[in-house]
Amino acid sequence: MGLIRRMGQAGTLESADCLVTVAGAEKDSLDYRGGNRKLFGERTRKLVQETLARFQVSGVQVTIQDQGALELVIRARLETALGRAMKEA
Amino acid sequence: MRAMRSMLYIPGNAPGMIQNATVFGADMVMIDLEDAVALAEKDAARDMTAAFLRSYDFGDLPVIVRINAADTPYFDADLEAIVPLKPFAVRLPKCQDAQDVTKADARMSGIEKRSGLPAGTVPIHAMLESARGIENAYAVATACPRVKALTLGGQDLTADLGIQKTRDGWEFFYARSRVVMAAKAAGIDAFDTVWTDFNDPEGLFLEAKQIVELGFTGKAAIHPSQVEVIHRAFRPDSREVLKAERIVAAAAEAERQGRGVVAVDGKMVDGPIIARARHLISLACHYGMEGGESR
Repeated sequence: MGLIRRMGQAGTLESADCLVTVAGAEKDSLDYRGGNRKLFGERTRKLVQETLARFQVSGVQVTIQDQGALELVIRARLETALGRAMKEA
Repeated sequence: MRAMRSMLYIPGNAPGMIQNATVFGADMVMIDLEDAVALAEKDAARDMTAAFLRSYDFGDLPVIVRINAADTPYFDADLEAIVPLKPFAVRLPKCQDAQDVTKADARMSGIEKRSGLPAGTVPIHAMLESARGIENAYAVATACPRVKALTLGGQDLTADLGIQKTRDGWEFFYARSRVVMAAKAAGIDAFDTVWTDFNDPEGLFLEAKQIVELGFTGKAAIHPSQVEVIHRAFRPDSREVLKAERIVAAAAEAERQGRGVVAVDGKMVDGPIIARARHLISLACHYGMEGGESR
């Protein structure tokens, strides 16, 4: 299993991007914000679940501020944020 | 034959620009992991670029990726992430000699093997941006079969030479000539450096005309507004195209009549001139000057 060692953040608040923050927590949670929240909430929840499983990590608090990002962009930002949070010093 | 007049730089950490890559009208785009990306964002740009290469539809737009140089801690990770996704080419910056290319070639072959790809799948565009690199241009161009283009890096070259870039760019005349000569001798393409002042399209046009006349395949652009200017510079003169059509027609007629010599507009025309005329017509067609447009 992977380990969240510190808070990790990736992305920007520019249009077509998103800002993703991950931090260690008791259990997995997702706070998905932005104008697309209702439309893409379920899709994003699945994307986060799938990515956490692929990184073999649990107990992650994920916050996503979506500025109209493509699905692949959210996934890439989440991967970068997780990579930063899990990286050994 | 594919038009390769313009190569638009897009920062690898800018998803808003990458997703619009196909609308700028460039013949090629180059997603940049090197100078356009801050040190703290190298991982993010690599992840983003890989994500787009993996699952975004760029249509038939060639996507090249400029990775970080071999002397940086990002080089191996860049190659590992990008090569399996088969970009149109990897641009290898700061090539000084053939060994710089053969080292990258060996790494790329290893990655291709592990990814189930034939060795040599991903071409290299070798970037020459130092005096030493320019002097070794032919050795770099022929270092391995996957080198498909030489590119001139003007910004670093001026720094290496300790000079300033002038508007007419005469200080690059030798470097440009050397790059084109080496590329042509090796049978590969040559791409020119960027014009950095995107508020001076006239200066860009004059420089682009120069590099067309020197024999470059294309030129890099750092702003979408530069693409049309570069394309305009590559457009053959319509009067020259008309003359070329007369030469080719006269040559065909002479051949039909069994004559070895032909005159056009009162001048004798021989083999190299006919070949050049055919090349010009093919360029005109290639750049959309077919039919009545060239008249």
